[in-house]
Formats: sequence, C-alpha cells, structure tokens
Amino acid sequence: MTSQVTAAARPSPFFTPHRLRRIREAGLGYLFLLPAFAVLVVFEYWPVFYGAYISTCNWGVKGCIKPIGLANYTKAFSDPEMWHSLLVTATYSILSVPLQLGISLLLAYLLFQKIRGKGIYRVFYFMPYITATVASASVWAFLYSPDKGLINEVAGKLGLPQLRWLMEPRGIFEVIGKGLQIPVPLELAGPSVAMLAIVLYTTWVFVGYDTVIFLAGLGNIPNELYEAAKIDGASGWQLFRRITIPLLSPTTFFLLLYTVIGTFKAFNHIYVMTAGGPGDATKTTSLFIFEQMYQYNRYGYSAALSFILFAVILVITILQNRFTSRSVVYA
Amino acid sequence: MATRALQPTITRTRSFSRSRLGIYFVLTLGAFIAIFPFWHMVATSLKTYGSVITGTFWPWPPLGTEPLQWQNYRDAIEAIGWDKQWNMYLFFRYTLNSIIISVVIVSGVMFTSVLAAYSFAQMDLPGKNFLFLLLLATIMIPSDLTIVPKAVMMYQFKNPFGAGSWYNTYLALTIPFLASVFGIFLLRQFFMQIPRDLFDAALIDGSGHLRYLVKIVLPLSKPALVSVALINFIWAWDSFKWPLLVTRDSNMRVLAVGLQSFLSGEGGTKVQLMMAFSSMVVVPVIVFYFFTQKYFTEGIQTTGLKG
Repeated sequence: MTSQVTAAARPSPFFTPHRLRRIREAGLGYLFLLPAFAVLVVFEYWPVFYGAYISTCNWGVKGCIKPIGLANYTKAFSDPEMWHSLLVTATYSILSVPLQLGISLLLAYLLFQKIRGKGIYRVFYFMPYITATVASASVWAFLYSPDKGLINEVAGKLGLPQLRWLMEPRGIFEVIGKGLQIPVPLELAGPSVAMLAIVLYTTWVFVGYDTVIFLAGLGNIPNELYEAAKIDGASGWQLFRRITIPLLSPTTFFLLLYTVIGTFKAFNHIYVMTAGGPGDATKTTSLFIFEQMYQYNRYGYSAALSFILFAVILVITILQNRFTSRSVVYA
Repeated sequence: MATRALQPTITRTRSFSRSRLGIYFVLTLGAFIAIFPFWHMVATSLKTYGSVITGTFWPWPPLGTEPLQWQNYRDAIEAIGWDKQWNMYLFFRYTLNSIIISVVIVSGVMFTSVLAAYSFAQMDLPGKNFLFLLLLATIMIPSDLTIVPKAVMMYQFKNPFGAGSWYNTYLALTIPFLASVFGIFLLRQFFMQIPRDLFDAALIDGSGHLRYLVKIVLPLSKPALVSVALINFIWAWDSFKWPLLVTRDSNMRVLAVGLQSFLSGEGGTKVQLMMAFSSMVVVPVIVFYFFTQKYFTEGIQTTGLKG
C-alpha cells in the first residue's frame, strides 16, 4: 500500500530500469518468433481461410470467376467418384493399419529381449523409412511387374499362381475363387489385388518407424513390474498380455492415431505405383483431389474436396479418441 | 552365428535357447525383407536387359559370364536427357535442384526454429502460451487441406527476381517450407532443459540473449540440432507432390519428380536403367544414413513426429 502511494506521489519515470529490461526482453522474444511465424501465417494459417474461399468459387486462372456458394460441396456429395475414393481410402486404412502395427509390435517386443545386434536390426528396419518414396516405390513396382517381376517369378517356381499385382483391379477373393473355379459373388470380391500390393509396400516402409516408437514405449515400462510378476510365477505370455499390452497402450494409441491419419494422407507411393489405377481401383481421396487440381485445373472443386477429406479425418480422430482413450492405461 | 553360440548350452536351457533361436529367426527374416529390395535395385542396375528378362539371379562371374554392367549408369544419365539452360545432363540438374532446395530449406528451418524455440523456452513474453498453442494447432492442419490454396498462391505471388510468378521457380520450392513446427518443438524441449540460472550467470557477465544463445545454448544442443537438420533434410529430399505440382519445366524438377517422369516414360521399359537411376537417388542417402542413424532414431523417439 505504502509503496504505491509513494510511487504515485513521486513523479517517477514510467520506464524504470527493471521495466525497461522486461520490455526489451519481450520485444526481442517477439522478434525471435517473427521469422517462423511469418512463414507459418502465410503458408499454413492463411491458406486455410483462402482455401475455404476458393472452395466457394468457380475458380479460373485469374481468380474467382463467379462465387457459387456451396455448389462445389453439393456437387461433391453427389459425385460417385468422391464416394468411391473415400471407400478406397477406408479400405487402404483398414487393411494397412492393423498389419503395420501388428508386425511392428512383434518386432519391437522381440528386439526388446536380451539379444545381440539390437542396433544393427534397428538400422536395417529403419532403412525403408528414410529412403526416397519415389525410388523405393519404383523398385517395388518392378518387383510386382507381372512379366519381369521377381515376385511372380518366385511364385512360378514354387508352383503358386501368378497375379497381375498392381495391374489387377479385381478383388482378391474373386481372383482366388477363379483360380479354384469357385464362383464368388461380386459383394464378396474383397479389396482389389492392386490395393493389397500397395498395402504390402506401405507396411514395408512404415514398420521400421513404428518399431522404433514401440521400442521407446517398451523402454518406459518399469522393469520391476516384470520382476515382480515373474516371482509370482507369470508365464511369458502372461507378462506380455497383462503388463506389456496395457502399459504400452499410450504408445499404441499415439501410433494408431498417427498411422490412420497417415493412410488418409497417403499420396506419393500410390501415385508412382498405380496413379490410382487400374481403373479407379486405388484412387484414394488424396489422389482424386490431386487429379482434379493437376489434370483438370478444377481448383474450386478440389479445395472443396480437401475440406471434406479434412472433415472425415477430424471425425475419425474424434471417434478414435472417444473409443480408445478409455482403454489407455497411464502408468 | 547365433546357432554356434548356442550349441554348448546344457539340456536345462534347451527350450530357452530354442525360443531364442526363434527370436533371431524372426528378426533376421524381418531385416532380410527390409533390405532385400535395396539389393534387388542395385543388382538389377548392374545386369544386362537380357538377364533382367530371364530373371538370372547372378549373371556375373563366377556363376555367370556377364561383367558388371556399369555402363547402365552412363546410359541412364544419357537417356534422361540434357539441360540446355545450364549445359549439363538433366540428371545432374535434378541432383543440383534437390541439393539446392534441401540446403536452403534446412538452413532456413534451423534459423527460424532455433530463434523461435529459444524464445519459447527461455524468454519471458506476454502471450507466449497462446502463441505456442497456435503453433501446435498447425499440426492439426493437414497438408492436403492447404495444398490447393498454396498452389494458387504460387501463381499469384510476383517473382521479385524476374518476370512472372513464383510458379516454376526455386522460390515456390523453398520459401513455403522455411519453418518447421517439428523443429521448433524438438529444440524447445531441448532448450528447456538448460537451467535458467546459467542465463542469469551469463547476464552478470554482461552477455545478452543473442550472445548467450550463440555461445552457450547452441553448443550444448548439438545432438538436437543435428537431429532436426537431418530429419528435415530427409523430408526435403523426399518431397514429391509439391514439386510436381508447382514446376513445369524439366530443368526445374527435383530428383523424385525426375525419377517418376522417367518411370512413366522410357524407364518403364528399360528396367535396368530405371534401377540405375533409383540407385543413384537412394545409395548416397543410405550411406549418409549409416553414419548418422543414431540421430534419426533419437530425434524420432523424442517427438514421435514425422512428415
């Protein structure tokens, strides 16, 4: 109280040395943030609003030719190609996420045991992830090639049926049924062989990354828990089921979220291996959006489509949060 | 090797060693699958077209008679074409473009991230928490959402160095990527571990924030800096969709785009040349990775982020 009174009574300068230093520090702090935020504002935040504007336009080379309200969105919802692309994306996600996470959890668990050469294995598993996507996708496209590819050659030598892989739009069960001369109804044809081939490639790329993340998660589980359970006579499977799985759940939850979003954004390898073909068999929404923009210059329409895709991803993320967060255990 | 080590074990541990053998088997199989495509790529790039078609696994001596086909690499470079603008093979132009873009992006990202991360970690400023939340919100913005407006912007922005817009220039390939949320986030985590007392001590010695940052904080943070630089380098090197979208001329292509256009053209049939091209893109990065892999996995594990 008293100090306030004296401060008011005495005509002191507004900029006390202390205050001056704080203002200078804040100024310098904002200055340090400026370069990063300048880039983010122009190329991250602003495009969201600008994209929303473009999506309400019939957009030409020069700009908005005619504002058309939500016509691009209504067009999208009645576009069978859009729905088909969402179905393809969902198929891709449902097939590749469990495969990827299952294999990487197994590898991480094995790597976590007391074994030799841990580091070397990790280096090898990580290699596909750091390789330029276009290069590894083109190598896999060659492996899958129906006439010159290694996979069909090995299959031929083993007496297995040779598939047309990336060029096969028919469903896997339809193809198997044909081979066994069992008629398979169209509803049960299953995902296309081309899609399966892409899923296998995706698994190959990301298993190493997921394994490294799982390894970090395994390292966070306190060893005493295992020791205590072993003294109580728990078997290896029980240790895995009752300690590892629940205590790893935050990591699993993170990876699940991340991989699902990743599959919804996947573009490069699909574009290189099939470009969405054969037919529309592997045309995910991401590829569909790109095609509308790159090939047909339909900027307004593709902007609207990307907002729809974003809404779908958002809904999935929220649902996933709702359903899985209950089963996540935090140690 | 594993079997030999396990042979002298006594009967009591036999079931144990068998399960151990199983572990090594699964892990080694995984490693084999992970690296086999790389072997197949390099091997194919050194075969004749005939050996590729007949599927000869090892056409070279001592099993075969063919010499290693190193000229595939020369043929590939010649088949890709010639850049009249800079008077060099297009392959080298692609490589230069990739290097220029990666170097500019990585240095830019380091500059913007170090400053922003330091400000977030060590400085007092009003509204800092709000700004940090705003930063984290960018993770929620998928690149697919902003790619259309960003591409449109490239047509609209005036090129300050010449006629025309940013489209089909290095500006479009680099400027939009000069800030990295991942970089700021990882470096901030690291800078926060440096005790504030250290700064107060430096302040008494008469040094300000900038001097403290350069002389003390940066040398202490070398591992984090290397991680951020490497991971951003790999992302920049891997970029494909954006360069494909915003470039038109073949001499503005980066390696990934050049590779894809070769694949959809001539390389689609001449597989050995295609694989030579792929090898030239992949092998340098793999070698680089072997020397620096520790930083990759550490950086990834710290933040769990990827592009």
